[in-house]
Amino acid sequence: MSEYQLPAQFEEFTQARKEGFLRAKAVKESGGHIAGTFCTFTPCELMDAAGVHPVSLCGMSPEPIPAAEKDLPKNLCPLIKSSYGFAVSDTCPYTYFADLIVGETTCDGKKKMYELLGRLKDVYILQLPQGIDREYTLEMWTKELHRFKGVLEEKFQVAITDERLREASELRNQLRRARTALMELQKLDPPPFSGLDLYKLMDGLGFSFDLQDNLRKLTTLTAQLQSDYAAGARPVPAGQKRILVTGCPIGGVLEKTVKVVEENGGVVVCFENCGGIKPTRYLVDTQAEDIMAAIAERYLNIGCAVMTPNTKRMETLPQLVEEFNIDGILEIELQTCQPYIVERFEIKKLAQEMGVPFLALDTDYSQSDLGQLTTRIVAFIEML
Amino acid sequence: MYSIGVDIGSTCAKLAVVEDGETLVHQMVMPTGWNSGGAAQAIFDHLEQAGYRPGQSPCVATGYGRLNVPYAKKAVTEITCHARGGAFLFGSGPCVIIDIGGQDTKVIAVADGVVQDFLMNDKCSAGTGRFLEIMANTLCVDPGTLCELARSGSGVSISSMCTVFAESEVISLIGGGAAKEDIAYGVVDSIVNKVVSQYGSLSSAEGQCCLTGGLCESPYILESLSKKLGRPVISSPLARYAGAIGAALAAYQIKKD
Ligand code: SF4
Ligand code: SF4
Repeated sequence: MSEYQLPAQFEEFTQARKEGFLRAKAVKESGGHIAGTFCTFTPCELMDAAGVHPVSLCGMSPEPIPAAEKDLPKNLCPLIKSSYGFAVSDTCPYTYFADLIVGETTCDGKKKMYELLGRLKDVYILQLPQGIDREYTLEMWTKELHRFKGVLEEKFQVAITDERLREASELRNQLRRARTALMELQKLDPPPFSGLDLYKLMDGLGFSFDLQDNLRKLTTLTAQLQSDYAAGARPVPAGQKRILVTGCPIGGVLEKTVKVVEENGGVVVCFENCGGIKPTRYLVDTQAEDIMAAIAERYLNIGCAVMTPNTKRMETLPQLVEEFNIDGILEIELQTCQPYIVERFEIKKLAQEMGVPFLALDTDYSQSDLGQLTTRIVAFIEML
Repeated sequence: MYSIGVDIGSTCAKLAVVEDGETLVHQMVMPTGWNSGGAAQAIFDHLEQAGYRPGQSPCVATGYGRLNVPYAKKAVTEITCHARGGAFLFGSGPCVIIDIGGQDTKVIAVADGVVQDFLMNDKCSAGTGRFLEIMANTLCVDPGTLCELARSGSGVSISSMCTVFAESEVISLIGGGAAKEDIAYGVVDSIVNKVVSQYGSLSSAEGQCCLTGGLCESPYILESLSKKLGRPVISSPLARYAGAIGAALAAYQIKKD
């Protein structure tokens, strides 16, 4: 058993952060491996099959941004700065203990940040193809996954067999189904859950290494909510405007967006972003002859704005508006996120065609735009 | 029945009293000063003296200080209120309301007094009343005079999109000997351009274009807006009360429901 050092400033950390560090350290000391990830495109089945725990390192806090700005420009997406800042300041347990950090060629800012991160950590960047309409895209992405598989096998001295890949895919499918089932409870009117609580809960599950336990928790909670609802529990009052949130990952701006919606007559019933529907709608065909290709195919269904054309997002949005009986679409973008901010035009047009009111906001992790953001959100709900 | 609308803006606080949801019977404007609670109290005292019984008549607050009006039954955003107030002043068909406020500038597409779409400037105060005020200060004139000086100026453009940088730009223009009129022209031009770019992003822009807010009585602003938008922009001396009137109408609605 190896000994692992905690960072020098460990004693200054808050209790929750200390616990995170100790948990990650325990995983390592019992022989486990941790891979840090940043994106919904990261093929976690491969890591599961290699016995490596993937954990999301997406920075959601403004705290490490000043540390990041020593190396990165100020006018960059806060998620990128925050993620990088955690790594350079040794304040995120999972970045600190990660054996490997896995990135993808998604947006340019992230791509280049990964290169810098490579100076501090072992970083592997998957080349994600972005033209999903090309006939060779699947082949290319499958090849890319094979390459990554080789890297994992070599680094962690394991054999990633097809059998293990099928098992891992099966478990991930079950988790996706369980998340979907929980999120789909929000189709009820009024919904059984505030969007804020739902998002936080799902986010929190990402930091547990025990996937079976996550699955149990999700299933129990869904059943519990269903029976409470059937017994008449209505935690969200009737008549709130039903909002769909789309756009960038929003873990770092929840309080100034989703919370404001829900304090002012709205309720977020659907998240069409990487904290909600995007990572869960599509499953791996575990029976497929070529399991690697099946895994690759599953990931190409993700409707992220880094794709061009991004047909999946355009197809999914109208379906969700219908299924969740949406009153208004709120697009939340992180400042300087070109893929989503430029794609806004298409989404706005789509919303107009559907006859659903649309509001786009771009914001960062600071508090400086709180007043104006609130006015916009409240005015939007007033107009529904 | 009287209903009361209080609009606490960042620069000015406005009051409107409407009778039976139909007639504007009283209005008042005063500087907000350094705290919005103080302005709300001053309006309360004024209402009492004028016999409008605040605290008993239904009241809605709007504007950036809308949460600091303890006697208001409800807070409604200035966007919704300007739409309602605009429809009251300019007729209820479709219209586009342009409000150049102290803190932010908004362009609102309205139909039957209801907001259809809106755009509002982000954190930066470029293109707002505050921007105009700061530039007027730098030029040692009041904002109204600046707008009229602009009429006889030309040739200068202020490129900074940030108020602080724009101020240094103006200072260097002064240092370089540019005429006051020309600088004033550049200032107004930059405000108008900001409005035009917001207007361009509206999903629909039917009907009459109406300017509300503190610059409603500046003929030159109206002229340049009309010219750059390519359609007439109208206003009224009462348009600075549009937000307060909209709030009073919202208060009447609450009472009725
Ligand atoms: S929004 Fe796109 S790039 Fe960002 S995490 Fe999600 S899938 Fe990845
Ligand atoms: S939010 Fe946009 S800019 Fe930021 S990491 Fe995601 S895709 Fe890149």
